[in-house]
Amino acid sequence: MNLRMLWRKSVNIIMLSLTGLCALVAVSVLFFILGYLVYHGGRDVNWDFFTKLPKPVGETGGGMANAIVGSGKLLFLAALFGIPVGLLGGVYLAEFGGHAVPFVVRYTADLLNGVPSIVIGIFAYALVVMPVHHFSTLAGGFALGVMMIPIVLRSTEEFLHAVPRSMREGAMALGASKWRTISSVVLPAASRGILTAALLALARVAGETAPLLFTAFGNRFWSPGWSQPISSLPVMIYTYAVGPYEDWHQQAWAAGLVLLGLVLVTNIVVRTLLSRGASPQRS
Amino acid sequence: MAQTSAKPAYNRPESSENSVVGSMETVLKPPTPTGSQTVVEAPLRMQIRDLNFYYGKLHALHSINLQVAANRVTALIGPSGCGKSTLIRTFNRMHETVRGTRLVGEILLDGEDVFAQDVTHLRRRIGMVFQRPNPFPKSIFENVAYGLRINGLPAASHGHLSEAVEHSLLRAALWDEVKDQLHKSAYALSGGQQQRLCIARALAVDPEVLLLDEPCSALDPVNTAKIEELLFHLKQNCTLVIVTHNMQQAARVSDATAFLLNGELIEFRPTPQLFTTPSDPRTEAYITGRFG
Repeated sequence: MNLRMLWRKSVNIIMLSLTGLCALVAVSVLFFILGYLVYHGGRDVNWDFFTKLPKPVGETGGGMANAIVGSGKLLFLAALFGIPVGLLGGVYLAEFGGHAVPFVVRYTADLLNGVPSIVIGIFAYALVVMPVHHFSTLAGGFALGVMMIPIVLRSTEEFLHAVPRSMREGAMALGASKWRTISSVVLPAASRGILTAALLALARVAGETAPLLFTAFGNRFWSPGWSQPISSLPVMIYTYAVGPYEDWHQQAWAAGLVLLGLVLVTNIVVRTLLSRGASPQRS
Repeated sequence: MAQTSAKPAYNRPESSENSVVGSMETVLKPPTPTGSQTVVEAPLRMQIRDLNFYYGKLHALHSINLQVAANRVTALIGPSGCGKSTLIRTFNRMHETVRGTRLVGEILLDGEDVFAQDVTHLRRRIGMVFQRPNPFPKSIFENVAYGLRINGLPAASHGHLSEAVEHSLLRAALWDEVKDQLHKSAYALSGGQQQRLCIARALAVDPEVLLLDEPCSALDPVNTAKIEELLFHLKQNCTLVIVTHNMQQAARVSDATAFLLNGELIEFRPTPQLFTTPSDPRTEAYITGRFG
């Protein structure tokens, strides 16, 4: 009897501490990464890093201005392609479609979300790079856009489902067509959530390296227009980290810190916006 | 409320047949007398003939015959699940927004088959107010203007929008409370104000018929009283059909009352008679509170 009590109590304590420990590990990984990046790369994040081009091999100094701008351009293209497709697909999923079609679309979107990013890269390579025989900003933006589609699509669907049916009925009872109801009432009601999801998707693909390796490729100089190879932060990190030079390693650390910082700031800002607007309704 | 005493005089006792008056008499002769008596002496606005309704295999409404007199308030009462909301939602074809429903029968608006009309046009002619206030996430002004804008009505295109909005808010007895905050979010209003805003929104497109599906069930007594008073004024220019689970409310606001039970129309008579001398024992049992 007493032994049994002791056994039950100790199992309880052990399991409770184990769950706590695992939670602690999960949380500390982020802070560990952040701390490690600051420790190694903090010194090299300076004004030059944001404003100068990479120096030729052998010279010290220089920055990654072209990679920062390049990442921005790639993400702009990705948003231009991924957000409309994901958004309208999500609208179709939530508002139209019978029984079978949404199931297929949803399932496919989830599978696409799970496709390894390197495979998305190969896909973009075959579709955009091969026909024109050179790497380009367009190809990189396309690859990232494809990765955004399932995320935007599924979250659009979810936020649209959260709009109460009564609001749709209110519009339709006034003689609004289905599309008019969606565009003028349902989408505005869900706009904050959808915008949040789109920005989070953008932050998610901002750090992707594999799809860019043989689409955007990389560039040590400014990339004019949209049809040239272009530099990006993740690819720069990869190139510099595997390079043989000590100052390259330093710059890779710095680039990692900048990239993580940008993604974290986006995440935090977006989540704050969302939580502030989480309950726009009375009733 | 004072409406009960102010009950209009047209609720005279009449024989249960042949009380149809007005120019539509020839068109609107009811085909079957069962439960389809015309009860109020006024021109008919809507006719429901032998209406059967199915949710999948569930037979929700059984051969409903009902006539809605113009510029009167017709109330539908009955216990929960009796089909009164289902019935009122067929009038402006809102049932079509739900998958797996099927309707057999005829619904006429001014003698025209509603199913032969363009549904958006029909819903402009037959407005609807729902159980819970459902304002759009827009300003008070934009909520009322919405119907005018989407229907491209003259008021919207000729710069008379603000006049039209003011007129609708006046009709819904909300103008005085909101005239200084028209551009605030509709969600800033109280529940009762929101419901009157929804009424104003429906009135803005000047419907011939206004359907109210338990419009007061989410409101407190004070706001309920305001809406009931409003209905009394609205029927001068509009035909009203109200679903309510509150028998006192039906008695206060309506001219004719239909009692539904398990998807059947049990009794349809002038309101005072239905509540004082019900002819069917089931009606009597319900209004005396023995069930429901």
